[in-house]
Amino acid sequence: MTKRPLIAVSFVAALASGVLLAQDIRTFINKISEKPALAVPEFRGAGDAQPLMAVFNSTVNADLQNSGLFDLRSKSYFPPTVPQQQTDIRPQDGKGLALADWAGAPVNATHLVFGYAAVTNGVFVVYGNVDDTRQQDAQSAQLLSNRYVGSPTEADAIRKAHEFATDIIVKFGGSAALFDSRIYFTSTRGSAGKFGTEIWAMDWDGNNQKQITHLGAQLAHTAISPDGSRLAFTMWPLAGGQPQIVMANSQTGRRIPFYNQQASMNSCVGFTPDGTHIYYASTPTGTPQIYTAAVDGQGFSPVTSSRGNPTEPKVNPKNPGQVLFVDGSPKEQIYRMNSAGSGIERISNGEGEASNPAWSPDGQHVAFAWTRGYMSGEFNIFVIDIGKPQEYEQLTHDGKNENPVWAPDGAHIVFMRTPLKSGNTQIYTMLANGTQVKQLTTQGINKYPVWGVK
Amino acid sequence: MTLQFFRSRTLTASALLALALFTAACSKHTPIPPPPPGPKQDTSQPTGNGGAATSTRPTATLNAEPSRFERGQEIKLTWLTTNANDVSISNGVGTVGSSGTVTVSPVDTTTYTLTANGPNGTATATAVVTLVTPAPAIVTPPVRPNNPMATFESRVQSDLKDALFDYDSVNIREDARAALTADAEALKHIFVDFPNSSVNVEGHCDERGSAEYNLGLGDRRASSARDLLVQLGVPAARLHTISYGKERPQCTDATEACYQLNRRAHISAGQ
Repeated sequence: MTKRPLIAVSFVAALASGVLLAQDIRTFINKISEKPALAVPEFRGAGDAQPLMAVFNSTVNADLQNSGLFDLRSKSYFPPTVPQQQTDIRPQDGKGLALADWAGAPVNATHLVFGYAAVTNGVFVVYGNVDDTRQQDAQSAQLLSNRYVGSPTEADAIRKAHEFATDIIVKFGGSAALFDSRIYFTSTRGSAGKFGTEIWAMDWDGNNQKQITHLGAQLAHTAISPDGSRLAFTMWPLAGGQPQIVMANSQTGRRIPFYNQQASMNSCVGFTPDGTHIYYASTPTGTPQIYTAAVDGQGFSPVTSSRGNPTEPKVNPKNPGQVLFVDGSPKEQIYRMNSAGSGIERISNGEGEASNPAWSPDGQHVAFAWTRGYMSGEFNIFVIDIGKPQEYEQLTHDGKNENPVWAPDGAHIVFMRTPLKSGNTQIYTMLANGTQVKQLTTQGINKYPVWGVK
Repeated sequence: MTLQFFRSRTLTASALLALALFTAACSKHTPIPPPPPGPKQDTSQPTGNGGAATSTRPTATLNAEPSRFERGQEIKLTWLTTNANDVSISNGVGTVGSSGTVTVSPVDTTTYTLTANGPNGTATATAVVTLVTPAPAIVTPPVRPNNPMATFESRVQSDLKDALFDYDSVNIREDARAALTADAEALKHIFVDFPNSSVNVEGHCDERGSAEYNLGLGDRRASSARDLLVQLGVPAARLHTISYGKERPQCTDATEACYQLNRRAHISAGQ
């Protein structure tokens, strides 16, 4: 599948349309009142296209809703008449064919998403449009007008719906990377023994959950390479044995050769942005230190010389010379260093325990787990701007919330939540402002999520 | 020339230092304690005719060190004679020189007699060495399985205790030291009974820290416990450390009692 850029937005087009440019997605979605208000009436299909329209319409709505970028207006307020093509738009109508009918109360939409589909000579064609309802002139109101062509099947109808929704999201400064992404995690499902876990994968919305590895072991601390092709995780043999790093193909689950140092522990891989090297925690000299090596584990060298428990090295995706890690003895905190291990400075403020740092795709923000304001061990997800680490925003409040990882779109975060009283750890997503929390797993115990591109 | 200068300076400095030390010693009012008593010596008068020419009569001294010994212990006999041309020591030592040292290994309480014959008489000296029986050692009954046919795994499971740790700490507490001391003795017996065996020293943590941090913490706990076992005489080659962090808790309640049970070094059967 073709990869789309993270932020594929036209600065001029965005400004001209009055849409907020979302170079900083998190800031963008924090401005709830400025979210574009979309009216998305049902698309109708001509002839053989009509049976495909239910799945098409539901997919478009779900994608736009899950993007977190829009306020979707209630269909119950929509006018009785809906335009299907640009030529349907009238300067004045009062029944729905004028943009003003959608801009005013009770709909109060800033933008109208409309179109239709047809099957012509065995080809499924969708005509999709987005108009700015606040513009007086029909020509200047036209923000997007595209045609999508496929076969008249339900699978293609879903595919065309994703493409149309993606174009809308990108037009408004969002990222289409969400729909080309995959979440990997460990699960007790399909595993062996009391403590066994395997790697599973699912779509960004929790669909298509499937088992990736069949190692018959206990796995943890999942990592995914920047290109999404390679998984790294910590593995203990169920029969007993020291924790070692395993690399595996993210599609097949097959192991990829990797050299583990002669050490009681090799764990917690972080990839460099180009995917050619890793950082990880190891104990060849008897105490935990962070090492760097080629992606196959060869050519390793120490980076830290700590007397604590340095771990969780996370390289800035936009600056390979900036590495976050967790250290402390006692009380884990988040630190920053350069790639050579010098220039160390603490990022978290020393309160409580701070762990699980995760870079946003733009390398500007860090999500992490912190016990500030709660009992020891009761982590919540916080976000900081790396340029102003003393200013933080708390995103979660209930239960133990750990291991946040950003989606490739920079607008979503996946994390694991454990209920305080009882219940299993499960995988959740939310927008990077803490809203739209959604539970993605329910069966078994599911931990250590990472979010990669497909 | 230069060397002599320095040597002269050195000697001068030494003399000054000695004088200073002597002065310092004299300035102290604390009396110097008398020397301890030496071993029993026989300084009986030499036998011979008359009391004339005393200065030419033989003299003899004999020391035994130590004077009290345990079975298998060696004794050093030291003697000095004058005016003698025939010196011998009894109990198998035989003829010796006018002075010297010899090592003997008596098996019981023994009186050694030195006889020094000279032109003007004979002198004798004796040294008694006494065999002492050591106090019976307090013997701890060896840790043995109730069932002599017990497997290696069952012995490891039943004979060994966990060493517990404080929160976010790798320090060995007193109760952990006691547990590991008992574990060390038990392991020595287990390794004798199962010569090709080894054990895992596992490091575990409670659920409160992050999983990644706890993995390192568990590794350091396992290393701390392993290091103490080695200090106590357990062969290092038969101990393998494994950190499970908080991945394999033995208790899952959110209570301090449960947390404490999980903050442990646990010894399990190895490969």
